[in-house]
Amino acid sequence: MCLADIPARLATAILCLAFSAATAMSFEIEERQLYDATPEQARLSVISTADLDVFDPIIRAFQASHPGVAVDYVVTGTTDLMQALYDEGATFDLAISSAMDLQTKLANDGFAQNHTPATPTDLPAWASWRNQLFAFTQEPAVLVVSDKFFAPGTAPQNRDELIAVLRANPERFQGRIGTYDVRQSGFGYLMATQDSRNSDAFWRLMEVMGRLDAKLYCCSGDMIRDVASGKLALAYNVLGSYAASHQKNTGGYQIIEMSDYVNVMSRTVLIPRTAQNIDDARAMLDFLLGLRSRKDLVEATGLPAVDPAALRANPSLRPIRFGPGLLVFLDNLKRQSFLRNWENSLLQN
Amino acid sequence: MRFLLIEDNPKLAGVVVERLQLDGHAVDHAGTLSDATDLTAVADYDLILLDIMLPDGDGRDFLERQRQAEKRTPVIVITARSAVSDRVGLLDLGADDYIVKPFDFSELEARVRAVLRRQGGAADNTLTFAGTTLDSTKGELRFDGQVIALRNRELRLLEVFFAAPGHVFSKTHLIDRLFSLSDEASENAIEVYVGRLRKRLEGSGARIETVRGLGYRMVAR
Amino acid sequence: MNGPGSIRKRLFIQLALVAAVLSLAFFLVVRGVAERAAERTQDDILSASATAIADSLRSEDGHVTLDLPYSALSMLGSINEDRVFYRVVSQGKTLTGYPDLPQPDVPPRLGAPGVETLTYRGDEIRAVSVTRPVGTGANATLVVVTVAQTRQGLAAISRQITATATGIGAGFFLLATALSLWAAGSALAPITRITGSVTRRGPTDLRPVQANAPDELVPLINALNSFMSRLRSSLSRTEDFITEAAHRVRTPLATVRAQAEITHRKLNKPEHKQAIREMIRAIDESSRSAGQMLDHAMVTFRADSLAQDALDLRAIMAETCDRLGPTADLKDIAIRREIGTEPVAFTGDGILLQAALQNILDNAIKYSPDDSDITARVAIYDNITLSFTDQGRGFGETDLSDLTTRYTRGANVGDIVGSGLGLTIADEVAKAHGGRLDISPNKNGAGACVSLIFPRA
Repeated sequence: MCLADIPARLATAILCLAFSAATAMSFEIEERQLYDATPEQARLSVISTADLDVFDPIIRAFQASHPGVAVDYVVTGTTDLMQALYDEGATFDLAISSAMDLQTKLANDGFAQNHTPATPTDLPAWASWRNQLFAFTQEPAVLVVSDKFFAPGTAPQNRDELIAVLRANPERFQGRIGTYDVRQSGFGYLMATQDSRNSDAFWRLMEVMGRLDAKLYCCSGDMIRDVASGKLALAYNVLGSYAASHQKNTGGYQIIEMSDYVNVMSRTVLIPRTAQNIDDARAMLDFLLGLRSRKDLVEATGLPAVDPAALRANPSLRPIRFGPGLLVFLDNLKRQSFLRNWENSLLQN
Repeated sequence: MRFLLIEDNPKLAGVVVERLQLDGHAVDHAGTLSDATDLTAVADYDLILLDIMLPDGDGRDFLERQRQAEKRTPVIVITARSAVSDRVGLLDLGADDYIVKPFDFSELEARVRAVLRRQGGAADNTLTFAGTTLDSTKGELRFDGQVIALRNRELRLLEVFFAAPGHVFSKTHLIDRLFSLSDEASENAIEVYVGRLRKRLEGSGARIETVRGLGYRMVAR
Repeated sequence: MNGPGSIRKRLFIQLALVAAVLSLAFFLVVRGVAERAAERTQDDILSASATAIADSLRSEDGHVTLDLPYSALSMLGSINEDRVFYRVVSQGKTLTGYPDLPQPDVPPRLGAPGVETLTYRGDEIRAVSVTRPVGTGANATLVVVTVAQTRQGLAAISRQITATATGIGAGFFLLATALSLWAAGSALAPITRITGSVTRRGPTDLRPVQANAPDELVPLINALNSFMSRLRSSLSRTEDFITEAAHRVRTPLATVRAQAEITHRKLNKPEHKQAIREMIRAIDESSRSAGQMLDHAMVTFRADSLAQDALDLRAIMAETCDRLGPTADLKDIAIRREIGTEPVAFTGDGILLQAALQNILDNAIKYSPDDSDITARVAIYDNITLSFTDQGRGFGETDLSDLTTRYTRGANVGDIVGSGLGLTIADEVAKAHGGRLDISPNKNGAGACVSLIFPRA
């Protein structure tokens, strides 16, 4: 995405490459964009796991309200972000990630700075931890079913129904089920571990999926595309926000929030210990926490803001809680044993 | 008038009795409260002069007994105490008046007169000469149906003349009777008062005539 | 606090000091107990966490392995947002967790968690370690599990407890101080009550104090009563003495005076009569002076603790006129009363007022010519004025303010018996009642107007 088709961005793209060379870090930069400010009074460097096209409106809106702040936006993966901050001591003013567990570990292990939000009352208690880690989106993991396989109203509404449907028609769904490869995807791993905590049905579902030779994916986008095209009958644990924004364009599938429970993930932001431009980092953080009041940005980015009312309206939505519990599945032994179980269930052949 | 003097000091009692007799009063003397009680039982007095400190008791007790027995004889207390607080207490006990030792007999007489007047003239204190009556208690001169009010010195002067009609009184004697001994008085003053009396007596059966070189006397017209 | 001062203040300060000490002790105890409880809670949860982890240890193919229980760490997040660290070491090798997390040099005994407070990654942490054998028999290996947590939550709780304990301590102190104030007041109330009952007494009331006193005050009351009875007998002896002395002096004087009058009556020669008159005047003068001095002494005594009787000034004025009427009569002086008919209410000492008025009227009569008028007047305007206006010779050129000085007489009274104390008495009585004595020339001709002027009640 760094090499966008807009000619004006060419220059920044070249700059990106220069920066990458200079920093000489081993973590992988997927995209990089420098948002100029004239005159430039300060520069805010952000490391993020959110794609540039998703976050672009937010950065521009932030610059509109804070003229003079140039933003150096670096996109990387969740694990790379962790590696950059935890192991390599990279210097960033703000870290935005969808991996709540890794962000929690950063905060727990002392890689984050304290911040008092400008409007703390707007923030639900579950949406912050230690005054260091703040959630600013609220994104459910959903089931996506293809219109070709499920007429409206016939799709399973909870995990038991899903298991029953899959068991009843093995030939129909053989090879047509998609889910995350939790070995590759941090988001997939987080959702799977939360599932394993939440429900006994999870492992049964994995067994059934394994028997049906489920296809494993790295990303929500690919799964949605395949469901939309009818290549897949359904995809489990897809990021709801992506599914919703793609649905507008392509259609061909239904988005189902399971009635037994829905894991709700949040994108989180923290100010790394190494931050240089702390003032603007705080300003950006507060700006992100105010996302709910910017309907235009929610619309443009497709990122659902933290919304306590939605949680009250649907009790099956379960936001993933911050806390030391999230560290459990980051434990090496735990991860090994979880992945072993997962492989045993899903990769039966 | 008839007085009872209750006084334990015999010398004082003696001179008081003598002094009062000089003015023509009858005086009995009691040296103790018991004597006084005996005397009041048998005789009627116009007025009691009571000393407070007595050998057989406090004069105030006698006063209280008198009042409880509803004997209305006026009492003038003779006291050696002069503090106002002491004197007030005496009046509360039923004394009609008090006089502080040493006292001026003119003042004593004035107080006696005032007390008797307040009593409403229980005693008959009138003297009559030539159809003219002098009422000491009321301070009036009465003749031919006329009633003439007298001022104090006029009354006292008339009393002198009415006590002894026809008797010639020297100016000196009259001054002694009329003026307090602590006042300065001239013989002229007597002439002024005699002049006034003559006016008062106009139309009555009595008149005061000048006896050249000797004084004055009251005679019938 | 040395020497005498206020008992109330001393009592209050001592009680307040006790309260302060108790408050401080209370504060320290509450904080200590509460903090220990909070610390204990953290230790308990850390122990539970470590034990839960130890419980999940198992031996697999001779290797120790661990399935970290979710609850083991999540329970630590349930009470605060402190950072959590853990380490599992088997035979000196870190199995999992934070490899640099310190562990006790000597592994804790089985079943007895070791608790330490350390500094780790820049923060103070509380670390609980448990030892657990894994495997069977001779193959069992000892595994040490350490779970640690920073203590910011504890510090926050401690701050909160400190604030609460401070608040309660301060509140307790204020309450105790207020109670001390009240207690000091109420403990001293009997003294105030007895003081009040003694103070309210009239100048001559020397009866024993009957107040219902607490035991501690009984000796004081007894001493006071015995003192009063001695004072009473001493006063009554003095009174008896004065009375006796007056009697002893005045009775012979009366005898002499009466004798003199009789003699005067009997003498004929003017020069002899004059001599007797001089003698009588000397007697009168000494008697009158003695009377006024006694009056003055009484005024001084009574003015110190003024009686507060409900009085009718008009009645006192009338009584005074009645009393001195016969004296005025002797000189054919008429006392004209312009004193109205309505009572004039006033609070004060009736005997003093009577003494003052009698002295003024007595003076007026003494200095008035024969056949004159004295006007007694009660006037009520902004204040109450009791006045006697005579037609005498007035006070001449004498400075009027000097007249009220003791023994000062007018410049033109050489021939009249008097001691000069009369106006002094009147002046002192007026001042004792918040009023004043006013002397002014008679507006309607010769003579003077002497007034007592009092504020209206």
